[in-house]
Amino acid sequence: MERQVFENINIADFSWVGVGPQTARELAEHGATVVRVESHKRLDQLRLIGPYKDFEPGIDRTAFGACFNTNKYGISVDLKTARGQEVGRKLVMWADIVCDSMTPGSMKKMGLDYESLKKIKPDIIMFSTCQFGQYGPYAQLPGYGNIGAAMSGASYLVGWPERAPAGVHGAYSDFIAPWFLISTLIAALIYRKKTGKGIYIDMSQIEAAITFLSPLILDYTVNGRVAERMGNKTPCAAPHGSFPCLGENRWVAISVSTDEEWEKFCQIMGNPDWTKNGKFNTFMERKKNEDELNNLVGEWTKTYPPEQVASMMQDSGVPAGVVENCHEDLFNDPQLKHRQHFRFLDHKVIGRHAYNAPAYILSKTPNHIFKAGPTLGEDNEYVFKDILGYSDDEIANLLVEGVITTDADLS
Amino acid sequence: METPTNTETLLGGYRVLDLSEFGSLLCGKVLGDLGADVIKIEPPGGSPTRNMGPFYRDTPHPEKSLFWFAFNTSKRGITLDVEKADGKELFIRLVKTADIIVESFHPGYMKNLGVGYPDLCRVKPDIIMTSITPFGQTGPFSHYKGADIVGWAMGGIMGLSGDNDRPPVQQSHPQSYYHAGVQGAVGTMVALYHREMSGEGQHVDVSMQQSVVLTLMYAIEYGDLLGITLPRPRPSGATISPRGEPHGPLVGQRRWECKDGYITWIHLLAGGSQPGMVRSTKELVKWMEEEDMAGDLPQYDWSQFDTATVHQELVDHQKELFKNFFLTKTKRELMDRAASRGILLGAFQTTKDIVECPHLAAREFFTEVDHPELGDTIAYPGAWAKTSEAPWKISRRAPLIGEHNKEIYEKELGISKDQLAILKNRGVI
Repeated sequence: MERQVFENINIADFSWVGVGPQTARELAEHGATVVRVESHKRLDQLRLIGPYKDFEPGIDRTAFGACFNTNKYGISVDLKTARGQEVGRKLVMWADIVCDSMTPGSMKKMGLDYESLKKIKPDIIMFSTCQFGQYGPYAQLPGYGNIGAAMSGASYLVGWPERAPAGVHGAYSDFIAPWFLISTLIAALIYRKKTGKGIYIDMSQIEAAITFLSPLILDYTVNGRVAERMGNKTPCAAPHGSFPCLGENRWVAISVSTDEEWEKFCQIMGNPDWTKNGKFNTFMERKKNEDELNNLVGEWTKTYPPEQVASMMQDSGVPAGVVENCHEDLFNDPQLKHRQHFRFLDHKVIGRHAYNAPAYILSKTPNHIFKAGPTLGEDNEYVFKDILGYSDDEIANLLVEGVITTDADLS
Repeated sequence: METPTNTETLLGGYRVLDLSEFGSLLCGKVLGDLGADVIKIEPPGGSPTRNMGPFYRDTPHPEKSLFWFAFNTSKRGITLDVEKADGKELFIRLVKTADIIVESFHPGYMKNLGVGYPDLCRVKPDIIMTSITPFGQTGPFSHYKGADIVGWAMGGIMGLSGDNDRPPVQQSHPQSYYHAGVQGAVGTMVALYHREMSGEGQHVDVSMQQSVVLTLMYAIEYGDLLGITLPRPRPSGATISPRGEPHGPLVGQRRWECKDGYITWIHLLAGGSQPGMVRSTKELVKWMEEEDMAGDLPQYDWSQFDTATVHQELVDHQKELFKNFFLTKTKRELMDRAASRGILLGAFQTTKDIVECPHLAAREFFTEVDHPELGDTIAYPGAWAKTSEAPWKISRRAPLIGEHNKEIYEKELGISKDQLAILKNRGVI
């Protein structure tokens, strides 16, 4: 293996669900050693939501739970027990970074909050990430990214103006917050190198996600305008949207902005008579008659497969692309293949399945993704022996006492 | 390479030259708000991003673009035409002072000007160059044009977005380039840490399409494991969850109308083996009971609510009760009670709701930024994370056109006033 960027960094990952695990994962894929602490007594929610292998539920059968935990060593410890907390502290002594994504106060109950950890490891870097941040009137409300997506404004802004909001797909803020957190965390590592000081990071995932609507927030604070849904319209392009194509649920996205793009666009369609109509002569006219324009474009696109429309457009310099489904389209996308976006790893229970690579390629220190998300407690032996230095007898005792957990109560 | 000694901010002392535009500008903002010295380089006359609305007091003007304001905080600004020989010369002199270059030109543009990554390495061997493009620097689509909606489509999220009886939709405030911008920041930071440890710089090649793919949650896993393309939600706000036989798909409400808007509460996550979910639903039902709207819900054992086997009839029956209850409450009423009792719901906040949100106010999320030339102070979205040391900060508002030309060309590079006048005359700055 080539040199890895974070090969000297150890991470004690007490976080769960999305944002915390994804943050530690990013560093793990660049060489950090990450121990992920879970428990059968308090299952990560993502072990309880599909897709399950063959539709058969099981805590080690869902790819959702696996996909944010590549390259990590997974252990199962009951942190509610005194000896479990001792294991937790031993891990902290080993670690450079501690990850927390529980409801504020949970880590404190286990003596694993920043103030306590700083006493035993003064230069520890720790992050706590949750929906609302560590303090404030809503801080104690636990929640998932669907709440973050709604509270950060994203959900309201997807859909059609004359209808109720369709909402953004999934737990959208869970897929914004980690990237801000990783950037800040690495900056903290550099800061520690310069100063020897540890840092505590308090992230509200909602606050991070609001950054993605910054111009609209300013439009309200400055102009008092409340942002509304616009369907597929945008001020600077027409036609602009997704258009029906040959086949079931097949669509192509097209954006025509400049006059040059419009001319090319018309040429590709064979310059039908309607394109010469005064209603579409100028950009302002096209904007004014946009709905009619979109219908006419749709009448043309629906006679072709989306791939064909997209390549005709792109070959002439008009921005367009297939509305790709998350099945055949993405997995067969030649550009994603070229960039080796999907990495297939052997998971202990699920078998071979797909993982995402990062969106960036580093020319000298490419990421190295080698280990599927761990089954619950998969690496207990390695971590307790080789990392924490427990003897076989001690491990046996921890098992007997239930400190190392083995069975989930799913009743 | 020397490690900067400035410790007031996390990235104090690192210099970034930002040649990017539009949503990719977020990359430099992330580095700047964390303390890096970011110099935004614009073409003479000003960046095209300055034409992006909305505008301050709805006055279209290159110095009043709120889009420009939002993503150029904590940056200084100079003008420079890198395409001209003299401009390129100045750029190379600046590269020698920099740690990081961020650019979003189409692949090959920098190389054709003689300032591609290998060229810059010869000038500054440990330079980090971050290139943000729609599809990446190489590959079959690398020459494709990438509007934001194209990234949304080819990244897979558009097919999952919108009502299932209409075409797939974008986010009304386009997002793809922001995803690429923030991924650019992540890649840059990984590269910067590597440089700190090894002294070696590198090229960071970001793809907007891939950045969007990373938002898909479990949709890819459904495709990969089960061969299922997840459907878009119904116009009613219900989503369809795939299940194996014999039960078949389950339809569950996710978006609910309330008195003054909409909320999210995922009915299909109302119980099961998660104690937190059961507690949340019990609290909600208790509230409904207080108002005589709970029907038979109090008798239901939420720990037995197993979405793998639950019947659609039961879900539909419960849905009516929840639906009628939510309609009697405002977003704020629902949020306040949810927060105090741990009910897992959230309001579909508008931008107005966000600015007026009591929680964000208590956390002092919004940060005031002075715009002296407008005679105004504007509230901006604040820190994405609060740190115990060297806090996140907007150190200055977005630069005016060529605002720091004098500071950087004259004072730093030692170019005389006369020379500057000539360069201006020739359209270089």
